[in-house]
Amino acid sequence: MSLLASVRQGAKGFAWFMRGVMGDDAYDKYKAHHQALRDAHRDTHHDPDAAVCDGPRMMTEREFWRDQTDRQDINPQGRCC
Amino acid sequence: MGTKPRTPHDSPKRGEELDRDPLLLPVALDQTTHDAEEAHWSPLKIAIWGGISLLGGLSWVMLAVVRGETVNAIWFVFAAICTYLIGYRFYSNYIQKHLLHPDDRRATPAEYKADGKDFAATDRRVLFGHHFAAIAGAGPLVGPVLAAQMGYLPGTIWIIVGVVFAGAVQDYMVLFFSMRRGGRSLGQMARDELGKVGGTAALVATLAIMVIIVAILALVVVNALADSPWGVFSVGMTIPIALFMGVYLRFFRPGAVTEVSIIGFILLLAAIIGGGMIADTEWGSTFFAVDPLPLAIGIIVYGFVAAILPVWLLLAPRDYLSTFMKIGTIGMLAIAIIIVRPEITVPATSEFVNGGGPVVSGSLFPFLFVTIACGALSGFHALIASGTTPKLIEKERQTRFIGYGGMLMESFVAIMALVAALSIDRGIYFAMNSSPALTGGTVEGAVTFVNSLGLTGVNLTPEMLTETAKNVGEETIVSRTGGAPTLSVGLANIMQQVAGGSGMMAFWYHFAIMFEALFILTAVDAGTRVARFMLQDSLGNFFPKFKNTSWRLGAWVTTGIMVSAWGAVLVMGVTDPLGGINTLFPLFGIANQLLAAIALAVCLAIVAKRGLFKYLWIVALPLTFAAVVTIYASFLKIFSTVPAVGYFAQNRAFSNALDEGLTSFGTAKTVEAMEAVVRNTMVQGVLSILFVVLAIIVMITAVQATWKSYKSRSFGTNEDDAVASQMFAPSGFMATPEEKKLATRWDAQLAQAKLDKAGKTTRR
Repeated sequence: MSLLASVRQGAKGFAWFMRGVMGDDAYDKYKAHHQALRDAHRDTHHDPDAAVCDGPRMMTEREFWRDQTDRQDINPQGRCC
Repeated sequence: MGTKPRTPHDSPKRGEELDRDPLLLPVALDQTTHDAEEAHWSPLKIAIWGGISLLGGLSWVMLAVVRGETVNAIWFVFAAICTYLIGYRFYSNYIQKHLLHPDDRRATPAEYKADGKDFAATDRRVLFGHHFAAIAGAGPLVGPVLAAQMGYLPGTIWIIVGVVFAGAVQDYMVLFFSMRRGGRSLGQMARDELGKVGGTAALVATLAIMVIIVAILALVVVNALADSPWGVFSVGMTIPIALFMGVYLRFFRPGAVTEVSIIGFILLLAAIIGGGMIADTEWGSTFFAVDPLPLAIGIIVYGFVAAILPVWLLLAPRDYLSTFMKIGTIGMLAIAIIIVRPEITVPATSEFVNGGGPVVSGSLFPFLFVTIACGALSGFHALIASGTTPKLIEKERQTRFIGYGGMLMESFVAIMALVAALSIDRGIYFAMNSSPALTGGTVEGAVTFVNSLGLTGVNLTPEMLTETAKNVGEETIVSRTGGAPTLSVGLANIMQQVAGGSGMMAFWYHFAIMFEALFILTAVDAGTRVARFMLQDSLGNFFPKFKNTSWRLGAWVTTGIMVSAWGAVLVMGVTDPLGGINTLFPLFGIANQLLAAIALAVCLAIVAKRGLFKYLWIVALPLTFAAVVTIYASFLKIFSTVPAVGYFAQNRAFSNALDEGLTSFGTAKTVEAMEAVVRNTMVQGVLSILFVVLAIIVMITAVQATWKSYKSRSFGTNEDDAVASQMFAPSGFMATPEEKKLATRWDAQLAQAKLDKAGKTTRR
């Protein structure tokens, strides 16, 4: 059982690593960033309804992925030899 | 908290800004805690490091001193890994402690500029993978293969020792300095530190160097695919596969990156298997057998189209596929070498250390050090280390693991490529890597030529060449220059012993060709784009309209200029009567090392500005070496009177022959071919002069800036202002015990905050 558990944990860790390296988690990170901003905003204003920040609106998942490649269009990154 | 300022740069004022409310959890361990952890040597730790040192020492003895008939490949692996571990544990630590002084109380750009997109704190292990995928490509796979003509020892020493003292040091420093500057690029840092002249020279040199690097990488692909129907088909299929992946991600499953990469990978395997079947058919073997020149033109057209298409359609999916393949295949190769442990029969140092070798011309010094660039010291990495990575890094101390550690990993790839190339028969090696001008491109010609070299223990027979060609599913393997095919034969040889037997050799060969081509084409696409933006930025200083990168016509014109620049060099290499890669590859290495010299020169000026003259040697050592090697190599390429080495000597020899009215000279059989040599050598010679002059300007301005700092003792800084960090993360791959303790407290606090939030209570 403990062997099975550690195998499962290893597989989970590998999946987490691959997701990160391949960039699957980009939107999750973006969302977390926005939520943290919103929380901080709410904390400072002590107003539970102040959900709307002054900053940019949070993009939907589809918008985010489009925006990501569009940003690469104008800001290319080298790949080494 | 409050570690004492150790340099003029770490002013007390800055220290105060970083002081943290003692009631809050600390965001960094005290320097004293770090020092205490390092200074504590438990018996187990002593035993482990003693074991590593002994094993490393033994491996070096087996490689360098013991002279048996053969040497086992496992010693290369042990010598490399043990040396890396020692270099990482002690030397990079020394650099961290005395030169860079990371301060985890300071927020990194990923924290203080966080936008959830370009600036986003990324787990150090994930970022290591990212960074490695961005720096490693075909370079470390090709250079060591060509350098194998000198024997196994010189290349091995340079790759392993070079990375510890030069390559990894450069990557680490550039990453750290760029991080302290909000992720500024190498070009911007050069302008900040070296002024207008040095900065402009660095920029022009970078642009020119990128052109030559892209061109020669493309030449490697052309050489690997020419007249290989199987290769042309399977590599060609990567384009529709990437387009499919792009559309899939854009319209059907946005964000499913790993999923689409797995689908793409399966399609790639199908393309390789399908390529074998198609190459067997009558029409397939004629239709896909493309000559070098049309193939080169195809790649040029492809490069232009790929660079103006939107990123999501071709570039991004190809990049995903390439990253996926990189991590998979390199892991696979490492495991295979450890399982198979091939015996190496190549001598430690070959007959060609003093020059005269057919693969790369010139003597060991300096040409070995420019033939192997990537894997030991690669200037191109400075562009990556001052690109995306510094914007994603979580904590300052992690730069050591990612910058220094990432480069060690690339070096290990180079060692494996060297082992794979060394594992094949020496006769076959020389038959594959000598230019068609020498072998005539025929089996008989190759056998005669290789046996005439008088190499000890080499007795090449025609059967060996035809048999190997048949095994890997190719018409011929004679004069398959450029390194990629040789590596693929070596790799196929090793992999078939693990999986599939000789029946699978053809598959593994084309698998290897495929991933090398994939890495290279990704680098070509990305390189063209980056170069185009650099050109637009520079042209924008004279014609402001070019600054607007979304101006279509401007984008097309600048892309066209960059593509024609590398395309011209590529066509020159493909049509060169002297063999192409043999004459051009040194230029690739020289360009890459000159870029390293530029990056190190910028680091030198920065270190001097920090007032750390006592430790300036850490930068000066690799800088001096790179400068001596590249300037000397350029000097030989420009002034040598030996035609095989000097571009202008060759040029003179052929012009004289033309003047004398000869219609055939050396390996050039026609007047046109002779004229081509005259033209090519002139271009190559002029490029050599351009590179070396620009690099010397940069180095002189860097030394001037260093001297100014020394004389005036004024230590300004171009770093961003220090911002206090609000988070904690361990610094290395594994957290140390003290780091673990602190991390646990942070985890508990985060869990509590979540509970509080869920319970609708206000925090704090």
